[in-house]
Amino acid sequence: MDECGGLVEHLFRQEAGRLTSGLVRRLGPAQFELAEECVQDSLVRALKLWPHQGTPPNPAGWLATTAHRLALDRLRRRSTLQRIHADLAGLVRLAAEPATPADALDDQLAMMFGACHPALNREAQVALTLKVVCGFSTAEIARAFLAEETAIAQRIVRAKRCLRDDNVPIAVPPEAELPARLDAVLQVIYLLFNEGYSAHAGDDLVRHDLCEEALRLSRLLASRQDTGLPKAHALVALMFFHASRLPARQNGAGDLLRLADQDRSLWDRRLMFAGLRHLDQASEGAELTTFHLEAGIAAIHAQADSDEATNWAMVLGLYDQLMAIAPTPVIALNRAVAVMRVHGVATGMRQLEPLKPSLDGLYLYHSVRADFHTRLGQIACAEREYTAALSCPCSEPERRFLQCRLAALQR
Amino acid sequence: MPQFMLILFEKPGDFASMSPDQIQKVIEKYGSWGARMAQENRMVGGHKLTEDGGRKLDRSGAKVAVTDGPYAEAKEVVGGIYILRAKDYAEATELAKTCPHIDYGRIEVREIDFMGQPEPA
Repeated sequence: MDECGGLVEHLFRQEAGRLTSGLVRRLGPAQFELAEECVQDSLVRALKLWPHQGTPPNPAGWLATTAHRLALDRLRRRSTLQRIHADLAGLVRLAAEPATPADALDDQLAMMFGACHPALNREAQVALTLKVVCGFSTAEIARAFLAEETAIAQRIVRAKRCLRDDNVPIAVPPEAELPARLDAVLQVIYLLFNEGYSAHAGDDLVRHDLCEEALRLSRLLASRQDTGLPKAHALVALMFFHASRLPARQNGAGDLLRLADQDRSLWDRRLMFAGLRHLDQASEGAELTTFHLEAGIAAIHAQADSDEATNWAMVLGLYDQLMAIAPTPVIALNRAVAVMRVHGVATGMRQLEPLKPSLDGLYLYHSVRADFHTRLGQIACAEREYTAALSCPCSEPERRFLQCRLAALQR
Repeated sequence: MPQFMLILFEKPGDFASMSPDQIQKVIEKYGSWGARMAQENRMVGGHKLTEDGGRKLDRSGAKVAVTDGPYAEAKEVVGGIYILRAKDYAEATELAKTCPHIDYGRIEVREIDFMGQPEPA
């Protein structure tokens, strides 16, 4: 125990997520409010007591015991007053199970599957997952997605109401229903990671806590028999590879560095090896998913000593497969870069033209065009494209990057 | 060394809407402060008081009237106390300024009067 009462970073947030998930699972989605109140109250009690009594040796256990005791008390009180059958059933379930964090692992997974209900749209699934499973506050979620706090709050209220009305069971679905729901869960986790990896606006390029949360959740999935399918491992691998590059993604001033310009000695090799281990497990299945292919591409980059040494032909092959199973304009854009590396700039440039209608508002599209023009010595065109990129929405570090490239051309 | 009581005042319901991360940061602040006080051998003790109004006792004539404290309507209540060792009020108030509680409510510092008796260790 740390003498200064030091707690593991984000412990309270993670425990809040675990405990809320656990209470919702035992008591049902009709008791969302009760679950959240009891968890918040247990955190506030810690705040009032620990400064005087010191941090307990098992902070998570203390919080769990407190939250469960509060829930039991409130259910008993309600039952006495109203004699509602559902409350009594919940009371019995709650009293019967121990309040240790040990069994909380399954609670969070169950809640994730509950939150990724097909009746909810993707935004609602993400918001609900972050709030109930991950312990984020409404304000924190709003900041992550640059939405208004009230909008997020409403989204969550509606999502909860939907689950309550449909009486959604909070459990990992039976095997027959697992595949469809698992896909949704994996998508939500990937969305979460992407938001953290490359925040769409604001001062920070990377929101590390979102990336960590995504990794934590996906590893939870991958660790289990029923949900640890090869595609779950593929997603974990993909995120580990991206995460391994994070230390090199920005320079000291917080400016963005492209893959080609990154100091690869800063890439975290432990994370890379973890990615390779999961990629190995991902290859044991018959199903080839986009996560497999994206992980494969990331693995090639991760293992290359330099941009020049990268096996771009192999990267291109994987992008071709991606385009075959799930074509999107952004994948096509990334593929164009690989084409440029393998077949030359002119060929690469030809891949970009058809993408204009769909990607015109994306700064990355214009940034890639500008880069291609620069390689061809077409400076005026490059300047035009960087200027177009700057008129698109992007984060502050991305903006500075574009301005820097533009200035370099004009020197 | 003289001892001083820090009386911590607070408004009820202050922390209800804090996020888990924020709550953790506050606890860590108190934890660091408490550890520092202990390390400097200044911390004699501290107590949190229960969140009810307590009881007020007043003699009125022959009887002692007992009433519930004003917690429900109160704007401000005593949440707890700390007892610290300090050589004088100047030192005690400087220590009190570093107590994290000052970010959330006011603090009153009062010297404990041992009336010439030997101070407890």
